[in-house]
Amino acid sequence: MRPARVAGLLALVVVSLALGLGAGTVPLAPGEVWRGLWSPDAPASAIVRELRLPRVLLAFLVGGSLAVCGAALQAMIRNPLAEPYLLGLSGGAGLGAVVALASRAAGPWAVPVAAFVGALAAVGLVYRLSIVAGRRLDPRILLLSGVVVGAFAGALMSAIIVLSDAPTVRNAFLWLLGGFSAASWQSLAVFAAYAVLPLAALGLSARALDLVALGDEPAHHLGADVDRVRRLVYLCTALLTAASVAACGIIGFVGLVVPHAARTLARPLHRTLLPLVFVGGGSFLVLADVVSRTVARPLELPVGVVTALVGVPIFAILLRRSVA
Amino acid sequence: MSLLEARDLVVRYGRSRPALDGATCAVRGGELLAVVGPNGSGKTTLVRVLSGLLRPERGEVAVDGRLLTHWKRPELAGVLAVVPQGEAVTFPLRVDETVMLGRYARLGPLAAPGAGDRAAVAEALARCDVSALADRTIDTLSGGEWQRVRLARALAQQPRVLVLDEPTTSLDVRHEMELFELVRRLVDGGLAGLVITHHINLAARYADRMLLLCAGRVAGEGPPATVLREDILRAVFDWPLAVTAWGDGSPQVVPLRPHESGGR
Repeated sequence: MRPARVAGLLALVVVSLALGLGAGTVPLAPGEVWRGLWSPDAPASAIVRELRLPRVLLAFLVGGSLAVCGAALQAMIRNPLAEPYLLGLSGGAGLGAVVALASRAAGPWAVPVAAFVGALAAVGLVYRLSIVAGRRLDPRILLLSGVVVGAFAGALMSAIIVLSDAPTVRNAFLWLLGGFSAASWQSLAVFAAYAVLPLAALGLSARALDLVALGDEPAHHLGADVDRVRRLVYLCTALLTAASVAACGIIGFVGLVVPHAARTLARPLHRTLLPLVFVGGGSFLVLADVVSRTVARPLELPVGVVTALVGVPIFAILLRRSVA
Repeated sequence: MSLLEARDLVVRYGRSRPALDGATCAVRGGELLAVVGPNGSGKTTLVRVLSGLLRPERGEVAVDGRLLTHWKRPELAGVLAVVPQGEAVTFPLRVDETVMLGRYARLGPLAAPGAGDRAAVAEALARCDVSALADRTIDTLSGGEWQRVRLARALAQQPRVLVLDEPTTSLDVRHEMELFELVRRLVDGGLAGLVITHHINLAARYADRMLLLCAGRVAGEGPPATVLREDILRAVFDWPLAVTAWGDGSPQVVPLRPHESGGR
């Protein structure tokens, strides 16, 4: 990547973090944010340190993780339309959350934990289906299994929501659409603990991803253990996506749009692509969160709505460009 | 000693008749073996078994005297290079990046390519006559250029055995000839070469030995003049053929029209 582009990317990160710390129900000027960050006596200190900073950092980490998942999955199944949610995770996680809400499970962690369990169960089911269809994991069957499992989970979810009472339905919908309003230092720490290993493992697999993106056969001939790489990518992206869903609900399109955009800026070699995608995804989700907090102030739009509204048109444009 | 050797290979897909049924072959350094045969005779299956992509039901493959099952994947890629038949391009890299992929098996997960790797890439590009294309992305290449780039990527592995599966499919006469000339030069440089092809006549002129497969079995093996005999070929391809000789002495096969052979 050219130095000018690196500088531009750094500027994007700084601007998105600054906007993320300044925007909200109580708008803060950059100076106030700065003083709030460094001095505990500053008037904005509590808002910046206890509310906005964990929120912005969580959004950045989740965005980066989802984008990295998208890039890795796209290489693995050689399809630029792949993203974490195609694995059936959104359905599984949503189903877990809805079950927890409908059964009025106690404790603040009941819903995220249920989502996590649901997501992992969905991944396991998708994995099983794709293996049964042939002894090897066929990428196309994997995609199809993901869609089918997602649809099945969606049907169960709808049934539970319809059969439950009104407040439950509202809570479930809010959860499903995703958001960072409940972000705290604790949720940030939990997410980081889950994310660090899978992110490192994917980063170390950058070369293997370059090879697997060529196709199973060429990758094999060039020295990659294709089945091992595939299992690793599948496990890591499942962990990252489930942790994201547990931390902030369902947020789509980050893993789809950011890698697309990154490939127009840099070479599609994963050693440069993955870091770029992580930083780009982080900034994208922080900015989407800013929009979600400010566009209908004092109400908050679910950030999943914002990423979908921004992501779908961008994706359509990128898709047209890549076909032309 | 043979650099690539396979004995009594049996491969079955599902319950159908075996795709390979006791096939045996061997290639030495500096020797080019051409594998020919009708569609479905087991040629591509042979490549898949030789490269470790498919485990045979019976029989064994040895590369450089060591059983295939005893090689680690990256290690094997430094000895045996395979250019498979087709290859779809999803995320187009540049030509030099593509050829560098041939070095990956020798690189650690974090180490950047060193001077030796760059030299190997430059040499592979030069040998395949694609140095001038280094900065192009592969989606802008012609069929012949792309095929030479894939061969360069295999050479960047610095292998001792080179296997090519139908390298000239969809290439015109000039590119086809250029590719065979290139493969012949590489083999003369010491590589053991195995090429699968439908071009019996080109195979007869470039290869040292030929292997004729039919229904997974070896129907003929040896120098082109001993393999390309009318009676054997008629039976294998189930079509009347005549065998003539080209100026250099290599046998050339001419398929006959039904009336030329006095009816089938």
